Amino acid sequence: MDALMNGLEQLLAGNSIFTLQTLGYYGEGLVTTVQLVFLSLLIGLVLAIPLSIGRGAKRAWIRLPIFFFCYVFRGTPLLVQLYLIYYGVVFVDGIQDTWLWLILEKPFVPALVAFTLNTAAYTTEIFRGAIKSTPKGEIEAARAYGMSQRLMMRRIVMPSAFRRALPAYGNEVIFMLHASAIASVVTIMDLTGAARFVYARFYAPFDAFFFAAAIYLCLTFAILYFFRYLEKKLLAHLKPATG
Amino acid sequence: MTFKKILSLGVLGTAMVAATANAEVRDIRIAVDVPYEPMEYRTPDGELTGFDIDLGNALCAEVGIQCEWVVQGWDGIIPGLMARKYDVIMSSMTINDQRREKVLFSDPYITPPSAWFGPADSAVETPDTDALKGMTVGVQRGTLQDNYATDLYGDVADINRYATADDMVLDMDSGRLDIVFLDYPIGKSTLLDSDAGNYRVIGEQITEPKEYFGDGFGMAFRQRDEDLANAFNEALVTLKDNGTYEEIYTTYFGE
Repeated sequence: MDALMNGLEQLLAGNSIFTLQTLGYYGEGLVTTVQLVFLSLLIGLVLAIPLSIGRGAKRAWIRLPIFFFCYVFRGTPLLVQLYLIYYGVVFVDGIQDTWLWLILEKPFVPALVAFTLNTAAYTTEIFRGAIKSTPKGEIEAARAYGMSQRLMMRRIVMPSAFRRALPAYGNEVIFMLHASAIASVVTIMDLTGAARFVYARFYAPFDAFFFAAAIYLCLTFAILYFFRYLEKKLLAHLKPATG
Repeated sequence: MTFKKILSLGVLGTAMVAATANAEVRDIRIAVDVPYEPMEYRTPDGELTGFDIDLGNALCAEVGIQCEWVVQGWDGIIPGLMARKYDVIMSSMTINDQRREKVLFSDPYITPPSAWFGPADSAVETPDTDALKGMTVGVQRGTLQDNYATDLYGDVADINRYATADDMVLDMDSGRLDIVFLDYPIGKSTLLDSDAGNYRVIGEQITEPKEYFGDGFGMAFRQRDEDLANAFNEALVTLKDNGTYEEIYTTYFGE
């Protein structure tokens, strides 16, 4: 909304770069960026929960593949992963004739897959760290109550691990928002894509990217605020007692 | 102090005399950014060749000076001219007003047409609003083709913008694109010649309206080198009259 108001003000000033058409591109870009980041974070989070539990499993055949997955996706640049998935799927023979091509033809789904797997890998590691650092006392107390391993995970370990992971996960969300800027290399018109379009069209790099940066700042601010709210609510019991 | 002044005036004077004496038949260096086939590229043994190179050499011969080619990346090509690393740019540079503020352009020596390219079995015959409805169109980001396609068909077609022509060809091969809009010479060498039989030109070659397709390619000089620019303009007229230009054109573009 702030961005829109800014844009309209500049429009009123008779600006030749920020016309209704380019503002339209920025608007669509904003929607695409938010969709891409939100969906990949959501799916990545859902994937990361079982993966983070499996990552600490005793059985090697569960633990090792997950370790390998995290290692690969944290160990290579997201841009490279995006290229591999976007251009790589084409090398599967005859994929153009299957129903899969309907979703892989457009750049959105390949980018979503790359972003989801990447954030899932990072989130898995964040959660694993949090699970590992569960105070021994909580576990012993749960055992003393006679909880099964599963019940203890659900009632004691995971809720407290999520709380501890919250600040680190908030960081991951912001990183993901910023990392999504590379989506424009596979022709997605996200916020950065719109900025690149305006830059190339009007030879105005400063205006084009400054405007995009302002919108990213607004988004980051919203994310920060949301996580601060969550932390306040969920970590209230950890604050020093007042009065 | 007076002595110093006299001395410096003397040095300046000598330099000016020398400069004037050389102005008539000064040997020059020409900057070019390769590869941009078939305008400028290297043969397998490393020789520079292409339409710009041949025409540039012919122009130099006509003006009666020695020319040396300097390879320079596109980003720094205008700053390099300003810094006197070379004297002319001849590298498929489209003449436009923004560049006119920095450099002095010769008359356009070629106006390359743009063209639509599609798979050989494409259903489109004449690209227009109806035919392109719902299609995925590929263009290189920020090119005049991008501007043209966006303004005319942005509302009906899906426009995919690529950083390089190579990325676009990859997606054309994989079937992600229905049709692409390119400089004709570039499309010819990347799609028609290198992948014979799979692609064809769709519709007419396009050079109008000027608003999009500009004034063609020009040689760029420093603003103060008007004499040099005029000499090349005259030479270009001569080459067009005596058929040399036609000959070079046919070598690279056929027809």
